This record gives sequence, structure tokens and C-alpha cells, in this order.
Amino acid sequence: MNENTLKNSLIEKTDICVIGAGHAGCEAALASARLGLSTVIFTVSVESIALMPCNPNIGGSSKGHIVREVDALGGEMGKNIDKTFIQSKMLNESKGPAVHSLRAQADKADYSREMRKTLENQDNLTIKQAEVCELLWEENKDEAPYGKPSKKIIGLRTYTGTTYLCKAVVICTGTYLNARCLTGEAITYTGPNGLQAATHLSDSLKEMGISLRRFKTGTPARMDGRSLDYSKMEEQKGDERITPFSFSTDPDSIQKEQVSCYLTYTNERTHEIIRKNLDRSPIYAGVIEGTGPRYCPSIEDKVVRFSEKKRHQVFIEPEGLSTNEMYLSGMSSSLPEDVQVAMYRTVPGLENCRIVKNAYAIEYDCIDPNQLYATLRFKDVAGLYAGGQFNGSSGYEEAAGQGLIAGINASLYALGRSEITLDRSEAYIGVLIDDLVTKENFEPYRMMTSRAEYRLLLRQDNADLRLRKIGYEVGLISKEEYSDLCRKKEMIENEIKRLKCTMVGGSAMVQEFLSSHGSALLTKGVSIADLMGRAELDYRLLAPIDKDRPQLPDTIIDQVEIEIKYEGYIERQNKQVEQFKKTEKKKIPENIDYDDVESLRLEARQKLKDIRPVSIGQASRISGVSPADINVLLVYLSARNRMDNKE
Amino acid sequence: MVTGAVHTEGTIIETIPMETDTIAAIATSLSESAIGIVRISGHDAIKIADRIVVNAKKEHFILNMESHTIRYGFLFNGEEILDEILVSCFRAPKSYTAEDTVEINTHGGVFVVKKALELCIKAGARLAEPGEFTKRAFLNGRIDLSEAEAVMDVISSSSEQALRSSVSVLRGKLYREILSLRDAILHETAFIEAALDDPEHYDLTGYSEKLSETIMDISKRIRKMIDQYEDGRILKEGINTVILGKPNAGKSSVMNLLAGYEKAIVTDIPGTTRDVIEASVQLGDAILRILDTAGIRETDDRIEKIGIEKALSNAKDADLILYVTDSSVPLDEDDRKIISFLTGEEDKAGETKAGRERRCLVLYNKSDLKQACDLSELISMLKEKYPVIKISAETGEGIEDLKKEVNELFLSGKIDYDREAPVANLRQKEALENALNSLDHVLDAINNGLPEDFYTIDLRNAYTFLGHVTGEEIGDDVAERIFSEFCMGK
Repeated sequence: MNENTLKNSLIEKTDICVIGAGHAGCEAALASARLGLSTVIFTVSVESIALMPCNPNIGGSSKGHIVREVDALGGEMGKNIDKTFIQSKMLNESKGPAVHSLRAQADKADYSREMRKTLENQDNLTIKQAEVCELLWEENKDEAPYGKPSKKIIGLRTYTGTTYLCKAVVICTGTYLNARCLTGEAITYTGPNGLQAATHLSDSLKEMGISLRRFKTGTPARMDGRSLDYSKMEEQKGDERITPFSFSTDPDSIQKEQVSCYLTYTNERTHEIIRKNLDRSPIYAGVIEGTGPRYCPSIEDKVVRFSEKKRHQVFIEPEGLSTNEMYLSGMSSSLPEDVQVAMYRTVPGLENCRIVKNAYAIEYDCIDPNQLYATLRFKDVAGLYAGGQFNGSSGYEEAAGQGLIAGINASLYALGRSEITLDRSEAYIGVLIDDLVTKENFEPYRMMTSRAEYRLLLRQDNADLRLRKIGYEVGLISKEEYSDLCRKKEMIENEIKRLKCTMVGGSAMVQEFLSSHGSALLTKGVSIADLMGRAELDYRLLAPIDKDRPQLPDTIIDQVEIEIKYEGYIERQNKQVEQFKKTEKKKIPENIDYDDVESLRLEARQKLKDIRPVSIGQASRISGVSPADINVLLVYLSARNRMDNKE
Repeated sequence: MVTGAVHTEGTIIETIPMETDTIAAIATSLSESAIGIVRISGHDAIKIADRIVVNAKKEHFILNMESHTIRYGFLFNGEEILDEILVSCFRAPKSYTAEDTVEINTHGGVFVVKKALELCIKAGARLAEPGEFTKRAFLNGRIDLSEAEAVMDVISSSSEQALRSSVSVLRGKLYREILSLRDAILHETAFIEAALDDPEHYDLTGYSEKLSETIMDISKRIRKMIDQYEDGRILKEGINTVILGKPNAGKSSVMNLLAGYEKAIVTDIPGTTRDVIEASVQLGDAILRILDTAGIRETDDRIEKIGIEKALSNAKDADLILYVTDSSVPLDEDDRKIISFLTGEEDKAGETKAGRERRCLVLYNKSDLKQACDLSELISMLKEKYPVIKISAETGEGIEDLKKEVNELFLSGKIDYDREAPVANLRQKEALENALNSLDHVLDAINNGLPEDFYTIDLRNAYTFLGHVTGEEIGDDVAERIFSEFCMGK
């Protein structure tokens, strides 16, 4: 234990401490409390639990997948948005099933309040409003997964001096660490939305040898809704039939009146004002040192980088039912207030807008996640886990996914059980974490479906089939929920089997049916499954010539349909996954000394030493490690094994 | 909504070469040595060898071969017998790699041993990575532990070398061409992905037709590079030339004229030339490897029929066809048969098996005799596809014209050989063919009405395969491209 004088004599004991009550922290704390561990969640402000300081929605392309996965594993985000959404839309419905994505507009205040309620009513969980300023650790003497880390967490200390002794800590500080917000020349040293920043923990982390870096992100202005003219904008409505996020939510229970969003556009005048004032933007003036995300550029970035575009979309989205505030999606900015007012007022419908909250950029401390294992534990510190934006990601959903895994593993560690990792073939969360801990990352990481190489298998519609079992084994999914899942699986398998075995011949009735659907006539007997493979036919259409089919719920039919329609592609990805798994299973011992492997190229050796991959598969994904290096490594490991066996 | 049809095939890209699949490579040096050896190793080695090797009766026999035995046989391309070989079989674990291993010993010469390797690849083997046999031997315990260092050195140095040589031959235009193709593919991929990621911003309506065109254009350019590989081979190894013609049209005389000496048996009795006879002939800057064939005509003679089959089959794969017509007799049924073969009425429109445009010269022979065959009729029957050269195999008249045409066809205007090397090795050709194949899958997906997200699966494969040609590392190029090229997000 590093010798800290404990000014305050109060010492509390708990199992798990979670620092931060954002989307990552909430999932982490709920998971650990639900696994029976006494848990304290720290937040600088109880009012900011599950705060959505930027966009007022949950889900969207690939993020919707993550929410479903969090739900399948026993997390809270899906249930919470199902309770608090005010508009819902399934995106990409005209595209393939792999890229269908659910997105819901949230009532922000409701979302936050509901999550707080859930935390407050969770057994084993205590909410504590306090700034954590120091981690307490000692030299580690025990074995841990992947070998023996040099340090071990034993607790933390708050700014007010109380010591919390615990078995594991999960850091989910989001954008609060050493945060500062910039609106033009005006700089405030606060977290998001004017909240107090956390200014002490960074030093403690650095003392422990954890390296930090600066990232930046931004948010647009919020308008007084009464000052906007919606008649000049296009109305954007929600889906007629609302699909819930959570597999536990009954769809019928959430059908309701929805609010609309509105679409308008910037124009040359807007861009002109921005160009003229670029020198007053902290980013272009060089005041901002953090790296911002390119996928979520500020409006000034868009105007500079895509100067050929005559206009940019602006979505006007309500922040909730109990507020007038409107969010201006597409126009985040760090320009000074006077420029903001001028540029916003050039946009049709915003001519008389009144800004409630200015747009701002925010800079914060975070880590290079290469310092973590895929369990989200720091490689060098037993008992220290991290999740969310602190790990260099962005987005509520990405945060929730990591928070859940970090919380689960901190708990499993505290319970002395073996920890879990999700791999790239199992979940978007697996892709997200593997990318973070393995690859070079120079900006806040955002999930995209294109990052998932086995996208066709990782659909939002089958997240329960993929992950419920893991959630059940961890202990976050109940026995009933799990047996429901098993029944569902069985029904799908049986129906696929039946469709493949049910043959139809070229009877007059069948031929007439086919010709009425513009489908080729039969020359020999085929199965119903074969017919489903035809572009112009599908399961429901084939009812008249498949008389003995059982009555099945839509969720089953959808799975059956996808599995059969895209069988060829799915088969291919399954084969790829098989290969992938083989290399993931080839483990690299923690005590490997890469300097021992002389044939490795210098660059590869350096990267391998830095990242310390746990498997050959992970090593192969490190940039700068070539297939030849991997082969050298395989030979080296095999030589080592043979040596060990000899002894 | 679910649309589209099932689509099954497709090449799976490996990130790391696995130890379980079957690999093949030329084990001897690539020179004009007395023998060449192709080694196949892995789980399916025996099955793969069995597919491409037969005995004189066209029977497969390798599946039943005993370990550590050697047999006489022939390379077989699925239709016909090619060269004679010796094949040895080593069953696991008693082989160099401790896996099932087959070695095919061919007659010397680069051509045959490469042909054998290509057949192995077609039959399902993968081209071995540098040092891979050694690696397997080691991993399977066949190489002593003390040599581990040496094995690792072999792997890393041979792959460096392979990379260097592939990069060095790819300077200049061809290298830039691959970069440009990858760029085009990446652009389309990024556009689709951007639209999937931000559907309210980027619209894919009507996009597939445009993509179809782009892909056909890219495919054409890749095809051209594969052709250049063939041209490179042709330049080094000679133009595989087949002489076609009905019996007694003067095929053998033409060959003898070219060869400058009497090698084939020439008689006036139709049907005496039955075997394929080979001769290498220097014609200007080009080298012709001439395969003389049996005359094409309707016959009941069984032995002769084999000859004819073989002639047509050889002609299908040839780089150049010399079609000899007898100007002293009218065109007959046999001529019509050959012509319809040449004009592509009997197979795919005027293309060779490999999908290349057919190259053919028509020799209007016996120009020293009285003409009974209508020249203009001949030209119109050939649909003016191929040049007709008047020649007399007896007097040597027209040989200069022939030389000029051949050199024109193969050596001019195609590639500037002095200044840049074409696609050089089989590994690169394999990668190009895989890329082409992936693009075909994209077109299939478009034609079958599959949703756009399916296109990117094979687009990305094509992109990766093209990267193999230049030894490019695979990174998160798509994400990078989306961010740099498309304006995303809130």
C-alpha cells in the first residue's frame, strides 16, 4: 500500500467500487450488485446518473446491436430505454438483416430518473456522491488470469477523506477526468453540461504507472423549441409498429403516441459565417490539444473538410416531453457564442432561434486501452477494471457494453470465479473490446457495423441466441429467461429441419401457386426450404403449399427465414469463424520474452512487447505484426512446449 | 423485409495460414533441370494428387498407393492426359512434414512443373507460404529442437525475400494499376458502409446498377493483368502454338518449314500424323512451341479419334492457333468444323478456356498450286476475326508475313517489356484470380437481388486479395476511408 496519510479516519468496507455513474458505471454497478457483491457507485452528482449529455437517443446503426447484446447478457440499458423512449425507428429495414438497427429518441430526464430508480432499488448497491481522488494498492503476490500482475487494488479514497477498502475497482469516469469545455475563447474547467470535473484521480493513476492521454469531443447547442419554425423543415416520424430493445419487453406493452423529429439543412450562408470565423475556433486556433472523432465532426470541421458540399443535414430532436429544449444533431461546434447564434440563424426554421445551451467542445483524460486485457482489467493491476469513454471509446452504448463486461469481470474476480471475454465472432461488444485493447486508436472509438467481420452472424435479432447462455452462466439471466431461450432455439431448429424435409412435387396446385408469384415451375421435387431460397418467395408467402406448418410466433419465423434465405453466406462466415477460433485458442504464455525470439522483426517485437497479446489470433491483429512474424512465433512456442515436455 | 437468393460459394481468406489445410509448392529450383518436383502436404494431399494423376488407362490410383512407393503415371486435367510423371506417396506421419505428402516428379523444364503446380491449386491445394513445409515439419516434431532457431530464420528470411521479389517486379505501371483498383474497390465499399452506418444521410437507391458497371470495369482490368501474366510466361517460355487443319492440308509441312528440319512424318495419305509433336522455333523475337496435331476430320478410326480430340483440346488451351487450309481444294465439312470452333460457335464466344481472347492466324496454304478454295468465302466465314496469310509450305512463300503477324500479335503494343515486368509469379496470379472470383460473387449478389450489405463481403475479399499481390498489410482501411471521404454523423 502506498503510504497515504489517512486524514479522515472513516474506513468503509465493500466488495466492489465503481467510479462514475454514467452508462458504463451503471451497468458495472448493477452487474456486481446483482451477482451478490456489496457495491458502491461513486458519482460527482447524483442528479447526473445515466446522464445523456450529448444526443438524445439510444441505439442506431451498430449501436442498437450493442444495446441488444447488453440486454441479452443481463444489462439494463435496453430495459431503461424501453421505459423512456418518445420515438422509435428501425433503421435500414430495406437492407439485409445484419444491418437492421433500432434507434429510439429518449426523454433524457426520464431516462436518467428511471436508471436512478433502478440503482436505488437494487439490493447490495449504494450510491455515493463523492469525487474519488486516489486508488489504493499494494504489491501483488497472487496469481491472476494471464499471469502475475505487479500491483493489486485494495481500495480507494474520496476527496472528503473516506477510505473504501474493496476487492476490485471499476473506473468509468467518462469525460469527467480533468475535463475542460470550450466555447470559442471561453474556457471552463467543468465536465459535461457544466457539471463538476474530476480533477484528482488522474495523478493517482499516473503514479500507478497508467499512461493517460487527451481526447476531445463536442456537442451542439440546445434551442428553445418555441423559437423554431417547424413548417420550414421535414417532419421525421417514428415507426408505426414499435420494436422494443429488450428481449424481456412485451412489444404490445410499449406501443404509444410518438413525437417527431425535424430535418433541415445548412446552406452557403452558414458556411460563409463559419469560414470567416475559423480563427476563433479553439480547434483551428490550436487551443485544443485533444484528438477529436472524425466520424462525428463539428460543423466547422465539415465545412473545412468537405468544402465541396453545399449543405449539411441538421436533425432537430426533442430532448424530452417535459422540456422545450431541442437538440441540433449535425451542428456541434466550439465556435464563440456570437458566431454560433449567427450561423444557427442562417438555417431554415432557425431564423429566430434562441439558444438555451451553447454548443461546446470538451477535452478529457482517458487511457490508451492497449493497457487492458479483453476482460477490461489493467494488465498490471489485479482488481482494477475500466469501462466506457475512459477507455477511449465514444457513445452511450459502447460505454454500456464495456461497463457491463468490466463489472461482470470485477465481480467474478472478487468471487474467485474465472472471468469472461467475448470474442469477435460472438458479439459487437467483443469486436469493440478487441479493437480497443489490440489496435492502435487515435480518436474516440465508435462502433460501426463494418468493423464486425462476422456481421452476418452478429445480428441484433439474434443477440439473445448468441449471448443469453453466457448471461445465464454468469448469473445475470434467470433460469426462466434461459429456459425460454432454449425453447426458442429448439423451435427454430425444428422448423428449419421440417422445412428442409418437407418436399413438394410439381402438382397442378403447386405449379399454379409458383406461376402466380412469378416463380419458375418445378421440374422435380424440392423442399420448402429450397423454395424459400428463391428471391421472390418467402416463408409467409409459401403458406398455401405448406399446409402442415405449425403456428409459430413472428420472432421464430424471422430467425428461420434468415437462416434459410442467407444460408450460403452464413455457412461461409461460420467457416471463417471456425478458423478464427483456432487461432484464438492458441494461447501465448504471459511470461514470454519476445527478446528471446530473434527472428521477429524489430517492429513486430516492439508491438508484441507493448500489447502482450494473449493468443496467436490477437497477435495477428496487431498492426505491424506480419504473417511471417506469426509463423516465427508459432515455431517458437512449439519449441518451448517441447522443451517443457522434455523436462 | 427479406429478399434475395441463397448464394453458397466463395473463397475464405485466411489471416494466418493454418496447419491443417493442404499446401503445394515446387520443391526443386525453377530452372531447366532434368527433373522438377512438386510437393503436396496436408490432410488432403493424397486426395488432391489423386484428382490430377492417372495411369495410361485414365484410371486414378493414388488413393490406394502404399506409403513410400513410387509409381509411373500421367498428369490429368480432368479431361485429358498431359505429361508423364513419377509420383511418390508418403503417408503420415512418416514424411518430411509428418503429414500426408505426395511428390510429383516431372520431366525437367519450367513449363511442366509449373503446370503440375497449377493443377494442384485447381484441385484444392493452397500455394505454400515461404518456409511453410519446414514450419510444418518442425511443428509436427520432425525437425530437431536444436534447429528451432534455424527454422525461424528460414521463415522470416524467405518471406522477406518473397516480399522483396514480388514488390520489385511490381514497380511501375502495374503496381500503380493495383493501387488504383484497390482504391476503386475501397471507395465503393466505404460508400456502401457509410450508407449503412448513416442511412438518413447516404442513399443507396439505384446504386447497384452503377456498382455493377464499376465492377465489370474493374474485372476487365484485373483480367488484363492476368493476361499479362500469361504474356510474361509466353515471353519466357514460348508461345504454345497448335497447328490445326483437315488431313493433308499441309500442317506437317508448315511445321517443318518453321522448324527448318524434317521432324514430323509427312505423307500424302491422310491421317498419318497422330501424335502431338513438339518443336521450339524462333520466329523473329518470338519463340513458338509448336504442337502438331492430327488432322481434324470425321473418322471411325479409334486411335485417330483420340488424336483429333487431343488436337481440339490442345487448341482450346493454346496461346496461338495456326489454322492451315488447303487452297487447292474447296472448303469442306472438316474446314467448317474448325471454323465454327474458331469463331466460337462451339464454345464460349471466341474465348480460350482461361477466358482470354483467342489468337489465331489462318494460313492459306499451297499458294503455289492452282486455287480451288474461295478466299473471300473463307474470310467471311471467319467473320473477319483472324488475319489470313497466303503461304506455300513447299516454296517458303509467305513465311516473312507469318513472322511479322506473330510478332505483331504477341510482342507489340501490348506491354513495354523493356521497361516493366508483368505480373510475375503464380502467387500473384492466384491472388488476382481470387480477386476476380470475389468480384464475380458481388455481381451474382447484385443479380440475385440481395441487399447492399452483402456486396461488401466479397468487395472486401477482392480488396484483400489485390493486397496480396503487392504484399500490402491489411488494416482498418474501410473505417479510415469512410471517415476521410464521407461526412458522417451528428
